[in-house]
Amino acid sequence: MTELSFGVDSANRGTTPGPPERDVMQLQSMYQDIILDHYRNPHHKGLRDPFDAEVHHVNPVCGDEVTLRVTLKDVSGEPVVEDVSYDSLGCSISQASASVMSDLVIGRPVGEAMAISQAFLELMQSRGVGSRDQPDEGLLEDAVAFAGVSKYPARIKCALLGWMAWKDATARAMEETR
Amino acid sequence: MSFPRHLDVAAVRADFPALARTVRNDKPLVYLDSGATSQKPAGVLDAVRSAYERHNAAAHRGTHLLGEEATDLYEGARAKVAAFLNAGVSEVVFTKNATEAINLVAYALSNARLAPFRVGPGDEILITEMEHHANLVPWQQLCGRTGATLRWLEVTPEGRLDLDHLDSMITGRTRIVAVTHQSNVTGTIPPVAEITRAAHEKGALVLADAAQSVPHQPVDVAALGVDFLAFSAHKMLGPYGIGVLFGRAGLLEAMPPFLTGGSMIEVVRMEGSTFLPPPQRFEPGVPPIAEAAGLAAAVDYLNALGMSNVAAHEESLTAHALDALREIRGVSVLGPDTTKDRGGAVAFEVEGVHPHDVGQVLDEIGIAVRTGHHCAWPLHRALGVQASTRATFYVYNTHDEVAALADGIRYAQRFFGAG
Repeated sequence: MTELSFGVDSANRGTTPGPPERDVMQLQSMYQDIILDHYRNPHHKGLRDPFDAEVHHVNPVCGDEVTLRVTLKDVSGEPVVEDVSYDSLGCSISQASASVMSDLVIGRPVGEAMAISQAFLELMQSRGVGSRDQPDEGLLEDAVAFAGVSKYPARIKCALLGWMAWKDATARAMEETR
Repeated sequence: MSFPRHLDVAAVRADFPALARTVRNDKPLVYLDSGATSQKPAGVLDAVRSAYERHNAAAHRGTHLLGEEATDLYEGARAKVAAFLNAGVSEVVFTKNATEAINLVAYALSNARLAPFRVGPGDEILITEMEHHANLVPWQQLCGRTGATLRWLEVTPEGRLDLDHLDSMITGRTRIVAVTHQSNVTGTIPPVAEITRAAHEKGALVLADAAQSVPHQPVDVAALGVDFLAFSAHKMLGPYGIGVLFGRAGLLEAMPPFLTGGSMIEVVRMEGSTFLPPPQRFEPGVPPIAEAAGLAAAVDYLNALGMSNVAAHEESLTAHALDALREIRGVSVLGPDTTKDRGGAVAFEVEGVHPHDVGQVLDEIGIAVRTGHHCAWPLHRALGVQASTRATFYVYNTHDEVAALADGIRYAQRFFGAG
């Protein structure tokens, strides 16, 4: 730990954090352009009918919430995600993650989509991926942009909110259609 | 800009080891989250360590010197806290924290068979929309256990308590009024003495949640007139794991216990037990001696600064923050926009930037704030806000840090293309 002289000998010296733009690198590694694009223009947002299951998930720490609907269809005996629609309130990370998630799962067989969901969960639990353990970009596509988020434990729940809601809704839809 | 000097902040800062460390990007720490928990001065840490190193024994038992010393430390802390509050020594009950202190009263009410504590169907519990969940959920639960009805005072758009209907909201069936003494979100200081007079006229008890007031302003329980008052040590420079329930002597004597076991009994037979007088009746198990020693050191520290000086220093920082935030387009402060009857919790919204994102940007430049609903979800709902960012001030904060906060908010707006 570095010892600091600031503020210890003078209350009026050195406490201003200086020109913040100097330190945007780390912040940009979290807030990648892909994330900010999805945040500003979320895909598949808005609740649509008909649907097979609807869930409401909240993050009790910050009050962020998502209402999410899933519609499945049967393609030669295999369940496939026909549509995911959602309405949500929350931070840039939770909004962008829901948008990326809907892109990734819509049109995919449930089994494949669950595998992507699992890969995303593992990415989020990785505490910042090192060079030896690159995320699978072929599988995760835009979702690899969230690798930076995994360095911030307090934000992992934000990134997972939409995914967890989707998993829950899909499990319920499978029960319904069984 | 020059500001009045109520505290020698440079000297104060030198007492807090945590303030000398750096955080992300080697930034100095700008700690604006004392409303959640305060930093601890070296004197408090020394007191905790010394209790374990030199006086470690179970208080109130053991015929040995260490036991005597531990008992003296623990009971000495009680006397110190009592004097700090202008209370009697036997009116101070040590708990785990403010939350447990409030639960103690709520459970004592549902355990009681006699007035004034007995609560049942048709009785009413009055709280407010402004409460921290710690002074809200225990009362909901009490009503659930007893069949009593929960009622609440509403909040005005300015973040004050709406007291227009106080007289009709407190009825002959109101058993207890539980109200915050300083909001942890808006800083609002409700007129607790006035509310207490109105409640006592109708025969209702009053509990004040003082978790955000005792650390920040002089509190005199005799002047306030409340029956119960709860707070935590860790928000007032002290350690975690110890809090205080003040209860008026006559009331505590008539009140049944909450948690039971060793240390709180008088005689135990297989058929039944009798209990010690307060405060021991409410302190089962081996007491937290080191934590009490730490709390006593925190009280000493605050007494040396003077609670009036602490309040004046924070008022000056709060006024500065309200002015600085008002100047930023797109920023709106929740709650009163002056320091009148308002403490140093400044929660705000930044248009177009979610609080989590504001907090993340501030963290990146070394500024620690709280984001979310701050355990006051109904209050946010009442103010029409999903979540907010909150800065809270204490003895070690400087005007430079307030300016840094304002700069940081502007930076967050630029980063997210808002404002």
